[in-house]
Amino acid sequence: MVRTYTLLAWTWLRAGAQYPLSMALLTIGTFVVSALDLIAIWIIFEHTGTLGGFTLPEVMFLYGTAMVSFSLADLLFGNVDKLSAHVRAGTFDSMLIRPVSPFVQMAVDRFAVQRLGKLVQAVVVLVIALPQLDVPSSRVWMVPVMVFCGTVIFTAVFTLGGALQFLLTDAPEVANAFTYGGSALTQYPLSVYGTDLVRGVTFVLPLAFVNWQPGLFVLGHEDPFGLPYWLRFAAPLAALLLGAISALAWRAGLRRYRSTGS
Amino acid sequence: MIEVHQAGRSFTISRRTGLLRRERRVVHAVRDLSFTVEAGEFVGYLGPNGAGKSTTIKMLTGILAPTSGHIQVAGLDPTKHRTALARRIGVVFGQRTTLWWDLPLRDSFELIRHLYKVDRVKHRERLDQLTEVLGLGEFMRTPVRQLSLGQRMRGDITAALLHDPAVLVLDEPTIGLDVVSKAAMRGFLRDLNAEQGTTVLLTTHDLGDIERLCRRVMVIDHGRLTFDGTVDALRATAPEESSIEDVVTRLYTAAEK
Repeated sequence: MVRTYTLLAWTWLRAGAQYPLSMALLTIGTFVVSALDLIAIWIIFEHTGTLGGFTLPEVMFLYGTAMVSFSLADLLFGNVDKLSAHVRAGTFDSMLIRPVSPFVQMAVDRFAVQRLGKLVQAVVVLVIALPQLDVPSSRVWMVPVMVFCGTVIFTAVFTLGGALQFLLTDAPEVANAFTYGGSALTQYPLSVYGTDLVRGVTFVLPLAFVNWQPGLFVLGHEDPFGLPYWLRFAAPLAALLLGAISALAWRAGLRRYRSTGS
Repeated sequence: MIEVHQAGRSFTISRRTGLLRRERRVVHAVRDLSFTVEAGEFVGYLGPNGAGKSTTIKMLTGILAPTSGHIQVAGLDPTKHRTALARRIGVVFGQRTTLWWDLPLRDSFELIRHLYKVDRVKHRERLDQLTEVLGLGEFMRTPVRQLSLGQRMRGDITAALLHDPAVLVLDEPTIGLDVVSKAAMRGFLRDLNAEQGTTVLLTTHDLGDIERLCRRVMVIDHGRLTFDGTVDALRATAPEESSIEDVVTRLYTAAEK
């Protein structure tokens, strides 16, 4: 599966490399656009010393980890939420007659180097933020763990978004609310939101485990909502659960697939 | 090679009739369909638009799961073993390509070699052979989106045959082709069936395909099989001297009554 993915990705990259200028411009473009997020955060801190009880480096850390996770998931699997477009164009049928999982084929479809722009920007933010935080080595191990779990969680959200489109072929935008909405939500400390929303993203759609809960542990920060301490270590569990649910949803969707009338 | 036993496929269509009210209706695209195709046969599958031809093809290839009955193709259940089956069958949709739109034909074929895990030497041999017979040489480096319909169809057929499938399923392979391309395509398919023993099932609206290619014809209408037999037997259903068009028109309209 990994071999097939790499192979397909390589083929798409080669096809894209036929237009080097467009490739370079698009990569720079995504880098600049995602950098605007950060400028928004800086502007906020021009007016206030802390945001929701967090300093600028702390907010940059939360932003950086969430965006590395999101852009990794988007880079590798973000295309699976384009299901309804594939169904309507009939390309999904073509994927089903190949001896490779349609999930992999969709994920890698038109794999392009410009998707790296967002990832690079997020990594830069994280690299700037981390040294300013003096995180002790007893807590820093959580950083790679949370980035990995966050990637799994966002991938699962993309997959759920795709699976939903087996039912709602006409409304792919519904899925965007959760994928891109989820990414926007995790860019700020959850303490700026209301209690009900935070409970929702902790216990229903576990976006709080992308960066918030494990981030509290890394930063040694108190939970403003007073939720149990062990939740800070629950990211792998949340990732596993959501991953399993999304895989089941995808399979169920595939069984219900109706194709188009031609 | 292909066994279909009382297969059916229905779709539930819900239509909004009021603000919250929905009307649900069940449409049977295919019902109670049974037939067997032996290895090495060349079968034409006919039927008016919306009769259930494409639905049948999609069930045979594992794209759609039947809502009732059993199907076996090349010894496998298409729904349960879709990816395993994909290695044993070749599928061509005349209406759209299964190739990668933005990739040169050559790259598409190389990808297919990897996806189907075909041995490099065998792949080379087979590709050379198909390139010669179908005359692909001059546009191997062209991206699929820039190919003409005839060129694209030849590319699609090649892609479907590179892994040497035992069964070839074609959904309207001659649609939109000019007279010369059509004749070339038919010649190729006939030789493929005669020389390599590949089982072929094709749907078409072109009765020339049926007359020149198929020994056996199946006609489907309103989701049911209304005829299954040789082309001569098909002709015998109408008065002598009738053209094949008349024969089929009679058959299609008879079901209306």
